[in-house]
Amino acid sequence: MNGFVEALADGAVVAKRNLIKVKRVPDLIVFATLSPIMFVLLFAYVFGSAIEIPGMNYREFLMAGIFAQTVVFGATITGTGLAEDMQKGIIDRFRSLPMARSAVLIGRTTSDLLNNVIVIVVMSVTGLIVGWRIHSSFLEALAGFGVMLLFAYAISWGMAVVGLAVRSPEVVNNASFIVIFPLTFIANTFVGTTNLPGPLKAFAEWNPISAVTQAARELFGNTSPGFPAPDVWPLRHPVLASVLWSLVILAVFIPLAIRQYRKAVSR
Amino acid sequence: MADAIVAEGLVKKYGSVVALDGLDLVVPEGSIMGLLGPNGAGKTTAVRVLTTLLEFDSGRAAVAGLDVVKDARELRKRIGLSGQYAAVDETLTGFENLDMVGRLYHLGRQPSRDRARELLERFDLVDAADRQVKGYSGGMRRRLDLAAALVAKPVVLFLDEPTTGLDPRSRLGMWDVIEELVAGGTTVLLTTQYLEEADRLADQIAVIDHGRVIAEGTSDQLKAQVGGERLELTVASARDVAATRAALGPLAIAEISVDERSHHVVVPVSGGADLLVEAVRLLDADAVKVLDIGLRRPTLDDVFLTLTGHSAEDEKSEEERGA
Repeated sequence: MNGFVEALADGAVVAKRNLIKVKRVPDLIVFATLSPIMFVLLFAYVFGSAIEIPGMNYREFLMAGIFAQTVVFGATITGTGLAEDMQKGIIDRFRSLPMARSAVLIGRTTSDLLNNVIVIVVMSVTGLIVGWRIHSSFLEALAGFGVMLLFAYAISWGMAVVGLAVRSPEVVNNASFIVIFPLTFIANTFVGTTNLPGPLKAFAEWNPISAVTQAARELFGNTSPGFPAPDVWPLRHPVLASVLWSLVILAVFIPLAIRQYRKAVSR
Repeated sequence: MADAIVAEGLVKKYGSVVALDGLDLVVPEGSIMGLLGPNGAGKTTAVRVLTTLLEFDSGRAAVAGLDVVKDARELRKRIGLSGQYAAVDETLTGFENLDMVGRLYHLGRQPSRDRARELLERFDLVDAADRQVKGYSGGMRRRLDLAAALVAKPVVLFLDEPTTGLDPRSRLGMWDVIEELVAGGTTVLLTTQYLEEADRLADQIAVIDHGRVIAEGTSDQLKAQVGGERLELTVASARDVAATRAALGPLAIAEISVDERSHHVVVPVSGGADLLVEAVRLLDADAVKVLDIGLRRPTLDDVFLTLTGHSAEDEKSEEERGA
């Protein structure tokens, strides 16, 4: 068996183990989907009554933003999951086995990606109930979800580095919250960026989450001629920008995560 | 006979803390080596280096003839590791845990399953096989963890404090299991802070303190190093202490030590049970009031105390106080 095939096969064994855990402890996925459902309802009905998007219904505008926020938060499970495995000595066991060094990380990020798919399905149904519609073709819609999941997958690898370095699931949780919460808010996720004060506006326009959100909006057909994207490169070419961001993050964090795993010892 | 484990001058530092300070160790094939030492002596660090988990700063180590750095991948196929706390997945069942480990050793789908069932049977976990590990007792978890270490029939097995935290009954159970294993020819490196455990299980014992081996030998050799038997008595009063000292003086082969406060007297002797009878006769003749008397052989505890200047328990409680 060559190295790459072996890494994938071992990764599949680890992913299966993670998915069994999801099935046995459904609270995790229940809460991971409940909060975005709550967000959809809160924003749709509370802010939606106050925020005007010219030429379109706010709920249509909102959904791509919530999707982007949710999948990015979903990716943080990679960090908490690895930190927990570290704490319980399970990473030590894996590391003492003759398996590929990347397999635990491949398995972990893959199962977290599948979790994100489940969450997206639940949210889409919620969105459809509150009046969100896709106005593009099936393939474009699929591409929209694809762009978001690719980005979330890249973030997973970043969270893997955090999880292996920090080693405490609680700390990973809190730390990622204070970083990711503002990241997903200082963006075009819930409001247009045009009226933001100067530095925040620049940040929001170049925020990768804005590019991902804009890409999904365009691919779902949730845009309006009355509300064009700001004239900055990533928001004018959001799909390309999102894919580039994702690839850069993967190129940086995959080697970092594998290096961190190689020397990770539980205590 | 070849050596299953060879370590030469292993050094591992964490910043300014020296965890291994030139550790040397040789374990012949098919034997059990007990690595005995208090918390923080470097036992776990040594196991991690030898199982390829931890990079070290200098020295050399080989397990089953393979270098732990250069041949790490190949080496991992031939060793099993059972950790200080059971590294099994709580949400998986016992069967799923072992099956997963088998797959990751690349045994293949069906052989992994067969091996998992076989081990569950051997470790008396058949009834619990399809229950989540969450509901297992501490002893069951350790047995499962040990089973996981045996999935690929390793030639060298590392057991890092296999009974720490277990109740006495589960500990006895683990000892039986380990003894059975070694009868099958596996080489075992066992770390423990329980002197009794090393005494019972190990062929050879290496006493380790501050990251280096300070003494090595069989349990009997180590005990001989400390000295022979002694009479230990507790008497009723200070007057009795003085009388005891006078009465038993002729039996002592070395200086008699006395704790005035607890009226405890220790007399180094040589001569076995007859000597105890003789001592009682002498004390009775002088009307010494004896509360307790016994003939004691040295324990590994004594060995440890003599070698390190502190007992295993002392150091542990110091650490606990410090923490």
